[in-house]
Amino acid sequence: MAKGIKKTGVPSWEELKSSPGLPDADRLEEGPVAFIECVQEIPCNPCETVCPFGAIEVGSPITNLPKLYGEKCTGCGLCVAACPGLAIFKVHKNYTNTTSLVEFPFEYHPLPKTGETVRCVNREGKFVVEGKVVKIRNSKQFDATALVTVEVPKKYFLEVRSIERKR
Amino acid sequence: MKKTQVAIIGAGPAGLAAAIEVARAGGEVTLLDENHKPGGQLFKQIHKFFGSREHRAGTRGFRIGEKLLEDTEKLGVKVLLDSPVYSIFKDFVIGYISDGREKAIQAERIILATGASENALAFPGCTLPGVMGAGAAQTMINVHRVLPGKKIIMVGSGNVGLIVSYQLLQAGADVIALIEAAAEIGGYGVHASKIRRAGVPIYTSYTIQEVIGKNSVEGAVIVGLDEKWKPIKGTEKLIEADTVCIAVGLSPLAELAWLAGCEFAFVPSLGGHVPKHDRNMETTIKGLYAAGDLTGIEEASSAMEEGRLAGIACAESLGLYSKEEARDLKEKVWARLNTLRTGPFGKKRRDAKDKLIEMMEGGADIG
Amino acid sequence: MRVKHHPILGEDKRKENVTIVVDGKKIKAIEGEPIAAALMAAGIRVFRKTPKKNQPRGVFCAIGRCTDCVMTVNGIPNVRTCVTLVEDGMVIETQKGLGKWRESR
Ligand SMILES: Cc1cc2nc3c(=O)[nH]c(=O)nc-3n(C[C@H](O)[C@H](O)[C@H](O)COP(=O)(O)OP(=O)(O)OC[C@H]3O[C@@H](n4cnc5c(N)ncnc54)[C@H](O)[C@@H]3O)c2cc1C
Ligand code: SF4
Ligand code: SF4
Ligand code: FES
Repeated sequence: MAKGIKKTGVPSWEELKSSPGLPDADRLEEGPVAFIECVQEIPCNPCETVCPFGAIEVGSPITNLPKLYGEKCTGCGLCVAACPGLAIFKVHKNYTNTTSLVEFPFEYHPLPKTGETVRCVNREGKFVVEGKVVKIRNSKQFDATALVTVEVPKKYFLEVRSIERKR
Repeated sequence: MKKTQVAIIGAGPAGLAAAIEVARAGGEVTLLDENHKPGGQLFKQIHKFFGSREHRAGTRGFRIGEKLLEDTEKLGVKVLLDSPVYSIFKDFVIGYISDGREKAIQAERIILATGASENALAFPGCTLPGVMGAGAAQTMINVHRVLPGKKIIMVGSGNVGLIVSYQLLQAGADVIALIEAAAEIGGYGVHASKIRRAGVPIYTSYTIQEVIGKNSVEGAVIVGLDEKWKPIKGTEKLIEADTVCIAVGLSPLAELAWLAGCEFAFVPSLGGHVPKHDRNMETTIKGLYAAGDLTGIEEASSAMEEGRLAGIACAESLGLYSKEEARDLKEKVWARLNTLRTGPFGKKRRDAKDKLIEMMEGGADIG
Repeated sequence: MRVKHHPILGEDKRKENVTIVVDGKKIKAIEGEPIAAALMAAGIRVFRKTPKKNQPRGVFCAIGRCTDCVMTVNGIPNVRTCVTLVEDGMVIETQKGLGKWRESR
């Protein structure tokens, strides 16, 4: 099977790893951090403008891939809500000894509830593991892009990227 | 006969932005649209836009539309709704229909911003109820709040196909397949990723062979394509569905520009036949401007910028701006436009537009 | 089917407050919506039959451009239902071929 964003709509690991938006391994150990999965040169930079800590740089031309400065990122998550491509996630690898947190944008009705057990999916929409919703943020500033945080077994923190829609 | 200084035909993002610029410069504007409501395609666009802060990136399309309407109202732009324009006659007399009657209004300048229409695709069953334009489905769900179906096949992976698929999911339908004849996805990867995460399979190098159903769509047969775009025997798949949405591109709605006598160029990367225009968006007819999808299919953000350009240039030609004032304003708009036309997705359009503008002096068609 | 709840647009608070008659059957509709939307909400998909081959047609463009959606409305044939708004008591008929003019009720 051919891989990659142009062929499948899912960025491959190679594409992700060679993009400047991922935090390095050390930063991942240290607490919540943005995880930018934007691998194509599109004219877009709200992630850069929204970050209060200057942790994302797009610069000029505007089609540059967003670069994450992991040491500046506080894990506030504002960029997750602002990205029109819904391409930014927030991961907290060492939430507990055995679990991680993944925060992702969610624009479907109905929203899950805090405390609910949900079916977590990967970038291809395939079921990975059950997780628990620990937080939902839906402030007016986010303009209907809710941020859902799920707690999942640690080994899945790079894989889980959303949950199944309820119908 | 009624008279106006500047008549703008089409109240989509391009027409509204143009109206605001002319009115802001002190011009008197009449905006005509055939719809019950202004806004063109903008009110069905409920996603957050790309671009930068100056383009209001991160803001949802319909909210940008609300702001445009507010500004046109504040600036005292006259808006004639339910008023389809059917022709432009000599001396800029515009013929339109209102209340079932033919009416006319004469203008000193005209800005055309009539937008585009969706392309159809021919295959057995393509006329069955349930086969519709992706934009039609978008209009139904986001403007009229009605679902055209529950199980949907999307044909075409450009940004419209990807965005409308996502919006169908948001409205509560299932998109069970997105098919694309080319080997690669045409639109932005981030849009594709959204629907993949929601479980929508994307079939590249596939086309629709036939839609089946008695009185309306009941399913479709899709088939794989080889490198020469020939169907590969044995790859046929029957997919059950009640709706097939077609998103295979848009064509500029250029009838009025033809009728007015504008010279055209054939530019495939801009959607087909488009009126030639210069850097002021002025066509080959002096005083007649064009903007938005009509001059080449792009998106709402660039349509607005083109509308602004046309509006500023039009105001300049009426003496409402000095040459210097207009130049500064236009330069700012051009900078924003060029920003939108960068990168692998935008460059093709920028090159095509540059050629189109060069052709105002030259003449030959571009392939 | 109507989209009652929407993650971005919120709840649709409009009420089905008018009645239209479609091929003799009463259907609830929302004042100010196009006829085509009301029919689609009621699950009606065939709007007309073509003149020569009697093939079914429905909505294609939804913005008044293609004329696929024309029906006979209050006795007037070839009305584009996607851009014509419903009115209480409107009488709508599936159009056969080119349609016929008839005294409106
Ligand atoms: C159905 C549809 C859906 C789309 N969805 C998206 C999307 O989701 N995302 C995206 O990026 N791009 C989308 N596009 C692409 C589109 O390029 C832009 O979003 C943008 O709306 C173009 O702006 P415009 O002002 O040029 O044209 P429009 O927004 O189409 O406005 C043109 C206006 O002119 C009026 N008009 C036309 N002819 C006449 C006449 N003879 N007399 C009077 N009035 C007339 C029309 O009623 C309309 O209001 C869509 C296009 C279409 C057609
Ligand atoms: S999470 Fe907050 S600090 Fe980190 S990059 Fe995003 S906006 Fe900036
Ligand atoms: S806002 Fe999102 S889509 Fe835009 S550049 Fe940043 S990460 Fe990419
Ligand atoms: S569906 Fe095309 S005119 Fe109504």
